[in-house]
Amino acid sequence: MKSRWYDKLWIASLLYLLLGFFNILFAWLGLLCFFIPLLIAAVGGSKGYCNRYCGRGQLFSLLGGRFGLSRKKDIPGWMKSRAFRYGFLIFFLAMFALMLWNTYLVFAGVRELGQAVTLLWTFRLPWHWAYHGTLFHPGVAQFAFGFYSIMLTSTVLGLVTMVLFKPRSWCVYCPMGTMTQLICKAKAGKEP
Amino acid sequence: MTSGKKRRRAVVDRAACVACGCCVKVCPLQAIEIVRGVAARVDPEKCVCCGKCARECPASVIAIREVTP
Ligand code: SF4
Ligand code: SF4
Ligand code: SF4
Repeated sequence: MKSRWYDKLWIASLLYLLLGFFNILFAWLGLLCFFIPLLIAAVGGSKGYCNRYCGRGQLFSLLGGRFGLSRKKDIPGWMKSRAFRYGFLIFFLAMFALMLWNTYLVFAGVRELGQAVTLLWTFRLPWHWAYHGTLFHPGVAQFAFGFYSIMLTSTVLGLVTMVLFKPRSWCVYCPMGTMTQLICKAKAGKEP
Repeated sequence: MTSGKKRRRAVVDRAACVACGCCVKVCPLQAIEIVRGVAARVDPEKCVCCGKCARECPASVIAIREVTP
């Protein structure tokens, strides 16, 4: 099979995670993997992002496939049920809203900047070593910490299911994947 | 296609497909595509039933089955 430039986007995903260890402000770049898939789905009506450009999916196939870090077992039925996929999407969006609210509080001066990354919405990891001040408002940094927490959490979840089930098991319940598929379904349903 | 003879083909459970495209990437014959971001579809003319897509599919929704042409 021909190898194309976008088959190498897993490098970008890996780099993104690493950069967050050095300067948290790089976390803002993660917004790209939020808006690009939604745009492709809303405008183009396809899951082109998942199907081609998603570096995270590629990273999981590489680690689970080529490096063999996966049991390659079937994912349990309930994890691919609509109830779980949509439920996880709603939970994820709620947590996203909470993160935006926390950012707002820092912008409004109600709360101090928390220099921590929260893993799995529970564990606060000290992350002050990746913060060197900002030219902008501390709220800008708060958003970066919050967004990076989400990215790291989803990577960890994805790695766990990669090991337990098939390499790209994360794609079954990935909120971006579910959301883009819903948009595509809505679009495909409208114009027969 | 040979008449009347049953042939084995990859069949996607379209209702459970998450349209991730993992199957498309591994098919050696480009016999599978994602239709409008909703679900995968196998071209029964092209599929040679190698089973690669079924092994790759993270949701395990592809089965190799006998289909009547
Ligand atoms: S489902 Fe998520 S992780 Fe998988 S390819 Fe799509 S956006 Fe990437
Ligand atoms: S790999 Fe499975 S879930 Fe993904 S598009 Fe193909 S058939 Fe659907
Ligand atoms: S069984 Fe093989 S040839 Fe048929 S669609 Fe799957 S990967 Fe392609």
